[in-house]
Amino acid sequence: MVTRGFTGRRPARPDAERLPPGQYLTEDFPVLQLGPTPKIDLARWRFTLREGAKPLKSWTWTEFEALPRTRWKGDIHCVTKWSKFDTAWEGVTFDDLLAAAGIEAPTAYLLAEGYDDYTTNVPVADLTGAKAMVATRYAGEPIPPDHGGPARLLVPHLYFWKSAKWVKGLRFTQKDEAGFWELHGYHMYGDPWREQRFTGD
Amino acid sequence: MPLVWQEARITAAVPETPRVRRLTLAVGWGKPFRAGQHVDVRLTAPDGHQAQRSYSIASSPTRPETIDLLIERLADGEVSGFFADVAEPGDVIELRGPIGGAFVWDPAEGGPLLLVGGGSGVVPLLSMLRHRAEGAPDVPALLLTSARTPDDVIAREELMRRDAEEPNFQLRLVLTRVPGGRRIDADTVRAALAALGTPAHTFVCGSNPFVSAASDLLVEAGLPARTIRTERFGG
Repeated sequence: MVTRGFTGRRPARPDAERLPPGQYLTEDFPVLQLGPTPKIDLARWRFTLREGAKPLKSWTWTEFEALPRTRWKGDIHCVTKWSKFDTAWEGVTFDDLLAAAGIEAPTAYLLAEGYDDYTTNVPVADLTGAKAMVATRYAGEPIPPDHGGPARLLVPHLYFWKSAKWVKGLRFTQKDEAGFWELHGYHMYGDPWREQRFTGD
Repeated sequence: MPLVWQEARITAAVPETPRVRRLTLAVGWGKPFRAGQHVDVRLTAPDGHQAQRSYSIASSPTRPETIDLLIERLADGEVSGFFADVAEPGDVIELRGPIGGAFVWDPAEGGPLLLVGGGSGVVPLLSMLRHRAEGAPDVPALLLTSARTPDDVIAREELMRRDAEEPNFQLRLVLTRVPGGRRIDADTVRAALAALGTPAHTFVCGSNPFVSAASDLLVEAGLPARTIRTERFGG
């Protein structure tokens, strides 16, 4: 349906090809979260892999920082319509986490859990093969608290709410369980290129 | 339930402040929305180029057949510029909603209710205040809102009237760009909490820097983080 009088502003051609449908490009870095930014003491920080309630492996901050590090640079897309190009992150890939724990993924699904009690679901297949990391640096610096520091999940090929801030662990689940936003009407998977914003999209 | 795009007709378009225009839209939702929810709008150019944005609903859920959006013109805003300069009553746009299940308040949740809004971040809080006045006028509520100048205060006359007439509602206005202007700070937060009592529910909405600063102040003032819900815009 053409909107009377709307001409709009097209992004430059190379940008247009990198922008998923319905998104616009932003230069700054918007912040979205459910509540206040949690204050996290690195001396008490833990990152834990669980299967259901059972802990599989846990790291302190010092131990986590000693794991193999990977850099990733690319585009991120928020369900609230902004996209940001060429963001630079550094952290520990999901593959390296499993290797350091000496395990293979016990199930095909997991929930990322944050220090703010936020959860979001991601299929394990979307984390393996260097597609995702637990990031601890952004643009060469520690991740600012508003952007999820000290550590956040980074799954850049899905809408950014899947990249849980202040992540404290990953919990493997037997089936694909909805997390916080998914229970509030957001899509179970969240592919920006298929515009999977809400349930039923 | 899938959220489907539907056509919504603009029934009114009037200036709210020098920078904000109020658009009233007739919507055909089968169910009521909740105060604090938003909608997505989609505009399409003749060559197929589309732009989408999200806007909070300002009106009360007790009037579900139409919604008000208060749209601030942003510098170089592709969509806000259309709503500021082009859109007129009778025009039809595409819209879907209501969206959002976290930044919402229902009268049944009670209070005290603390609402903190920066600039156009007051919009979803207005929907809550309007709903409260009709559905739960006994719930104590305080709106702490920041604007640049008196002319930039969205719904200023309504808020001042509510402050004067509603026994359980208090308005705290902070102006940033006037002589002696200030921002919301530890003192204004402390005074608001002293006037309201400990809120059961706190909602903070505004730009990223505003919400970061205000929610940090509220936590520092002793409010449990889980009682504070935030919504931010920017980018």
